[in-house]
Amino acid sequence: MIEIDKKKCLRCSACVGVCPQSALTLKEHGIECSENCNKCGICFNFCPVGAIRMVKK
Amino acid sequence: MNIEREYDVIIIGAGPGGSGAAFSAAKAGMRVLVLEKRQEIGAPKRCAEGLSMSAMKRMGIERDDLWVRREIIGATIYSPNGKYVRVDYRDGPEGYILERKVFDKCLAEKAVEAGAKVLAKAEVTRLIKEAGKICGVGIDFEGEEKEIKAKVVIAADGVESKIAREAGLDTTLKLVDIASGAQFEMTNVDIDPDRIEMYFGNEIAPGGYVWIFPKGEKTANIGIGVRKPYAKGKAIDYLKRFIESRPGLRKGSIIEVNSGGVPVGGLMESMVTDNLIVVGDAAHQVNPIHGGGMGEAWVGGRLAGEVASEAIKANDFSKGFLKKYNKRWWEKRGNKLKKLVKLREVMESLSDDDLNWLIDYLKGEDLIEFARSSGFGKFAKILKKKPKLIKLARKLV
Repeated sequence: MIEIDKKKCLRCSACVGVCPQSALTLKEHGIECSENCNKCGICFNFCPVGAIRMVKK
Repeated sequence: MNIEREYDVIIIGAGPGGSGAAFSAAKAGMRVLVLEKRQEIGAPKRCAEGLSMSAMKRMGIERDDLWVRREIIGATIYSPNGKYVRVDYRDGPEGYILERKVFDKCLAEKAVEAGAKVLAKAEVTRLIKEAGKICGVGIDFEGEEKEIKAKVVIAADGVESKIAREAGLDTTLKLVDIASGAQFEMTNVDIDPDRIEMYFGNEIAPGGYVWIFPKGEKTANIGIGVRKPYAKGKAIDYLKRFIESRPGLRKGSIIEVNSGGVPVGGLMESMVTDNLIVVGDAAHQVNPIHGGGMGEAWVGGRLAGEVASEAIKANDFSKGFLKKYNKRWWEKRGNKLKKLVKLREVMESLSDDDLNWLIDYLKGEDLIEFARSSGFGKFAKILKKKPKLIKLARKLV
């Protein structure tokens, strides 16, 4: 899974556009990640501000 | 809020793409509803706020003091070693730096004047279907779930493009076709207040460029787009490094922070399915060289609104009918943008040495031509002067 650092996230939803699983959604309180996430790391690599972390779960 | 239970056309997103679609559909007499998820149209911006005169002409809109922050008379392009080529336009301003949140609201107003209804802070959560066909949207409005029906849905939901994907169109961008962007709006910076500046180089901005777009004498959007196959770090770190290396920028203050993903390729052969059309960033309708998308989105939106209206008049919302939109968009914009993708591919293959060498051969006028997707032959000719670039030059012709 991924974890979003809400202190860094600007809610631009760039990650949503690159997620091949369509697992990310921009919600009122920030980016949400669904169970569709396959931990590919594309969003982590792409985030312009480094707000995404990969976590083991 | 007096929302009806049914419309002819529902548009998701009130950026330039959504407003363009709403404008043309409403003008054609359709009942149109635009739903914007954010609480304010035009904010937060994901944009450097530059609009060229040629883009404005294509859009068919007039300058308005409400949204013009600065008139631009030219551009300066820097190679990695700091050499530059400058172009100044002779016949009046070449473009404007806008206040995006005012601009987008003005476009939404145009749509409303034409007869559309716009609603902010109304999030579309899903498409609704009847017998397998899209027949409207489910929205979350003030915490309440609602369903609103429509004959045609136009997805103008930005680079996220969730709606198109839900409808079965593959709009996920490959990393090579999307730039990772970060930007500071800064004040008290020493800048050229009359020209945009662009800095190229594989160390400065791998696979992209740094821009300085002036919004005032001492205020500018200073931003970067990089691409992941080339960039080793985050966009914002490259940007910070650029600013830190320049005392005239370093001393400034940050008054806004932005980020975003910018499509720079991945043009779609088909942007329609039964009862649904995709426009703007969601359909990757962006200039792949500079990443500008406001004009493209408005034009794409207008075409979508027109075709949706024709479909409704013909009572045929099938993919087969809506395909007219693909044809019109490709004729009007797609083929041009496709050529620019080629140019982008050539440019990203150039080393810093190549770029430093190239800048000596370029004249300002050439740059204008290239940006308008002409004069590629001339560009190829220059590249051919350097033996190792001959192969690359062939890509252009």
